Amino acid sequence: MVTDETPASAPKMSTRDVSVFYGDKMAVDSVTIDIPQEFVTAFIGPSGCGKSTFLRALNRMNDTIASARVEGTIELDGEDIYRSKMDVVQLRARVGMVFQKPNPFPKSIFENVAYGPRIHGLADGKAELETVVEKSLRRAGLWDEVKDRLSESGTALSGGQQQRLCIARAIAVQPEVILMDEPCSALDPIATAKIEELIDELRGRYAIVIVTHSMQQAARVSQRTAFFHLGKMVEYGETSDIFTNPREERTKDYITGRYG
Amino acid sequence: MSEPLNPTRTPAFEAQLRKRYAAERRFRLAGLGAILFSVAVLAFLLVTMTFNGIGGFQRATLTVPVDFTVAALTVPEGSDTAAATRALEAQGLPQVVRFSAEEAFGDDAGAELGADAWRIVAAELAANPELLSGEHEFALPASEDLASALAGDGQAHLQPLARRLAAEGKLANTFDPGFMTRSDATDPQQVGIWGALKGSMLTMLVTLALAFPIGVLAALYLEEYAPRSRWTDLIEVSINNLAAVPSIIFGLLGLAVFLTLFPNLRSAPLIGGMTLALMTMPVIVIAGRNAIKAVPPSIRDGAMALGASPIQVVFHHVLPLALPGILTGTIIGMARALGETAPLLMIGMRAFVATPPDGFTDPATVLPVQIFLWSDEIDRGFVERTSAAIIVLLLFLLLMNGLAIYLRNRFEKTW
Repeated sequence: MVTDETPASAPKMSTRDVSVFYGDKMAVDSVTIDIPQEFVTAFIGPSGCGKSTFLRALNRMNDTIASARVEGTIELDGEDIYRSKMDVVQLRARVGMVFQKPNPFPKSIFENVAYGPRIHGLADGKAELETVVEKSLRRAGLWDEVKDRLSESGTALSGGQQQRLCIARAIAVQPEVILMDEPCSALDPIATAKIEELIDELRGRYAIVIVTHSMQQAARVSQRTAFFHLGKMVEYGETSDIFTNPREERTKDYITGRYG
Repeated sequence: MSEPLNPTRTPAFEAQLRKRYAAERRFRLAGLGAILFSVAVLAFLLVTMTFNGIGGFQRATLTVPVDFTVAALTVPEGSDTAAATRALEAQGLPQVVRFSAEEAFGDDAGAELGADAWRIVAAELAANPELLSGEHEFALPASEDLASALAGDGQAHLQPLARRLAAEGKLANTFDPGFMTRSDATDPQQVGIWGALKGSMLTMLVTLALAFPIGVLAALYLEEYAPRSRWTDLIEVSINNLAAVPSIIFGLLGLAVFLTLFPNLRSAPLIGGMTLALMTMPVIVIAGRNAIKAVPPSIRDGAMALGASPIQVVFHHVLPLALPGILTGTIIGMARALGETAPLLMIGMRAFVATPPDGFTDPATVLPVQIFLWSDEIDRGFVERTSAAIIVLLLFLLLMNGLAIYLRNRFEKTW
């Protein structure tokens, strides 16, 4: 597992003093963080600490909530994603997302994966689309399990397979960043292990941000960890440092299980 | 030292437990009773309807032998039924038919043949001119008076005649397929339901074509795009109220607005359909909004996170999943519109229309209005015809609901 490398290039995403409000309530309080291209970054913290809200700000999924408001700047490759000229459709094609509960479309497995490339016109013709689907399913480690039943409904798969299908679906549009919002919280340990393996394989190709409840999971899959508490980012650093040698008292209390 | 008893093992608790079960049994019995009561009412309705209405699909027919050799009748070469009928009328076919009936059954029976009976003979002759060279028996409708006499009431002096003819096997109630193909008439022996049925179909088509797209688009806009504000709340309240407005008010609206705009289209299915569309639209909007609300947000999120634009989210994901619910609501609204009488009376669809409408702008009537009109007739023969019309209406309704269930199952998806 990679731990001690420093990011070689400029951060893929960076945020400056980002605060997110729901109406008058502040859910995220001035978070400044750089997300590297080549590592997996984990957000940990107790429930309601704002980590998921912050994650959803990174691809503007909060836009769908009428009362949500974002302050500060979030940059993707140095471009402010909240500027007025930013196309949110294009942004979400570049910054994909995997949700807590597997949410395949009630369509066939093939259609689930083909949907993104199709709406963005990423594949010319049926043959190319089939190639993209196969490549994405292979990369998500699902191809061997589903190659003979691509026309069956995606919702007929098991929970873990559904989640990998959702990852394949996100990969199919060739995103630069993949945001994962507690992707294993609805899965059993075996399915969780598969997803974690998959995340490790995808590292490097995509910048990955994963929100998780499980500190063991953060330790297993991530190289950078940020600890959130009460809407603030308390500490951010190399995963090994956070878990073995936290600077902040609150981080130490949380990872030693005193609360949360 | 005795072990402390678990609180659920005390007699008091057990007594309470028995009461709980008793309450549950009572509730189940009450529910079962409610179901049985509604089934009984429904069965009573269906049985009486069928029993009364079955006679409406029959009519009294006289079997009349006509000897064409005594009259020199010819069917012109290559003429269609209408032309042949005109030619035969000019050659005296009505008199021939009546004379044959008088010959066969006596002078008083000749007058009791339906006034238009000869047209049936003419149609058969037009189709088969060889009949003219000999004698042939025709099943011809009896007059309404004779039909009443056969049923055991009506004019007293006809009853012996009816009994005699029935005993000879010359007069009987036979199945009348023409009921489904004819239109309204003054004589219950001659009426048919086709005109009203066709009027209903045309009206429903207009209603569906207007109410469905407008209702679905309104529901989609309100659910997906409209910002939550006092204005949208106001619109929501208005739509809910509109769905509850008595239908006759919509009729008055149709009269005041549509008939002022198109004064020549009184009684037309187009205007009827537009009026009923006003009434059906709020039902579709409400059902549509509920169906759209029921689409899980996770599906929307999933599509949006892939970079689908709002319209793609709606048309690729939300609408297909909401469609079964929208269709169910649409059919409920359409079924209500199909059975509606009051608003159509207001816009003149209660006129006596003896020919089926040929298009959306022809004068027409609809099934429920036809039932209302017939139920108002004095003639005894209309009673059974009314029941028969009700059966046709109910079957039409059943067909529509069956279609709705089929469509719902076809589009239903699980997730």
